[in-house]
Amino acid sequence: MAHGDNSKEKIVYVGDTRVRKGNGFITPPDYSAYPGKSEAFIPNFLLKEWMVGVVVLVGILVLTISEPAPLGFPAKATATVIPMPDWYFLFLYQYLKLPYASGSYIVLGTLGVTGVAFGALLLAPFLDTGRERRFYRRPIASSLMFLSLAAVIYLTNAAWTEYKHEMAATGQIPEDIQREEKAAENKAKGLPTSSAVQIKEVAIVDKDDPAMALFKQATCISCHATDLKGGGGPSLRGVGDTHDKEGILTIIKEGTGNMPKMYDVAMDAGLSDKDIDDLAGWLAKQKSEQ
Amino acid sequence: MFKNVYNWIDERLDITPIWRDVADHEVPEHVNPAHHFSAFVYCFGGLTFFITVIQILSGMFLTMYYVPDIINAYASVEYLQTKVAFGQIVRGMHHWGASLVIVMMFLHTMRVFFTGSYKAPREMNWVVGMLIFFVMLGLGLTGYLLPWDNKAYFATKVTLEIANSVPVMGPVLKELMQGGTIVGAETLTRFFALHVFFLPAVLLILLVGHFIMIRRQGISGPL
Repeated sequence: MAHGDNSKEKIVYVGDTRVRKGNGFITPPDYSAYPGKSEAFIPNFLLKEWMVGVVVLVGILVLTISEPAPLGFPAKATATVIPMPDWYFLFLYQYLKLPYASGSYIVLGTLGVTGVAFGALLLAPFLDTGRERRFYRRPIASSLMFLSLAAVIYLTNAAWTEYKHEMAATGQIPEDIQREEKAAENKAKGLPTSSAVQIKEVAIVDKDDPAMALFKQATCISCHATDLKGGGGPSLRGVGDTHDKEGILTIIKEGTGNMPKMYDVAMDAGLSDKDIDDLAGWLAKQKSEQ
Repeated sequence: MFKNVYNWIDERLDITPIWRDVADHEVPEHVNPAHHFSAFVYCFGGLTFFITVIQILSGMFLTMYYVPDIINAYASVEYLQTKVAFGQIVRGMHHWGASLVIVMMFLHTMRVFFTGSYKAPREMNWVVGMLIFFVMLGLGLTGYLLPWDNKAYFATKVTLEIANSVPVMGPVLKELMQGGTIVGAETLTRFFALHVFFLPAVLLILLVGHFIMIRRQGISGPL
């Protein structure tokens, strides 16, 4: 345990600025060389530490019960939400909105200041190489840190204030609160409380229509598959939701995205103009909701 | 009985030095709050580790329900939050623990900085500690997307835009994290893999290094 003067145990290294700098390696004094009451880590100290840990654990549990973790509505690219990172990134987020850290100065924002600040923090021991440990005797290192802390606190507060103002101005309520209220309302009415997106398989409309045969004959199936669920091309089930008959005819005749013009291919496969018209009409009827 | 089993193993593997190295050391007076209450500042490192353990345990339980795909991710989190017994508590611990671990780690970093404990011979341990800090921020960033709600989705879009603005590396970094041209199914699975496998593995390796160095060098002496 404690290392006495005659201890044969390997000495435990204790760095101490009170040791004068000398020539060569100085055997560092071990804990027993210090006046005062050291204590065994196991079991004495660990037991006390565990008691503090238990108090912290109870605190976390109280927090989780009184403030449930937030959950909004399922992600949707078209939703109007003010984007906010988690609170400990707010200072960076706000900083990168400043005029000299965004737009054409963005490199100054990301690499210039942020990169240098975090790089300096990473390499602090190699920048602050003096032997003095007390912070009030290291004015440069300490004042830089105090300055950074002040900036972080200021920027975090600015980001949060701005967010609150924006929410109030646009009349938005945080989605996690909306979801909880909606769930509570639906529960009271006996309706489903889930906000999750329910996926229903879209059916083929009028499968017995002669156009289904035309669809196969015109080689549409090579990309859109015999069950219309798509493969090389997108699924055509429910295509009538997004395109009308005219739109579909245009796509057949002129192509879209990766899809080439298929009109001539269909004609070569033996379809007439009327057949293609029927086919487009049938596809336009493919709506997901009847 | 236990003693015999222990001796049997110890004879063959000599395991005593391993645990004695962890157990047999003294806590000096100047870091013990029982003697000087102001020494509570030395507790933040231990509390960071304690909450990290909570994060690992609660995270392990969360993966029992979580489904990392864009159709089911939200539904699985919502189910866990509202239907599973104690699910709200486990998710709550992971959610609040993520913030607390940042707070504790920040306080620990400030303690080490202002007591000048990073000075020779402990430079390497400071660097490893900062790397742990960055990995923790990475864990926070990747974990934020996983519930796949609007807040997560739009925050990640902004984050990836910021990554994109870094010169030279930016666009590559963005595409690597995003796994394509949009924030979508690939992004979610990548963030999930990073959050659950890659970053925790790196974190554990760094933590082992951090602790070995503390045991080798001891706690820095009194000011």
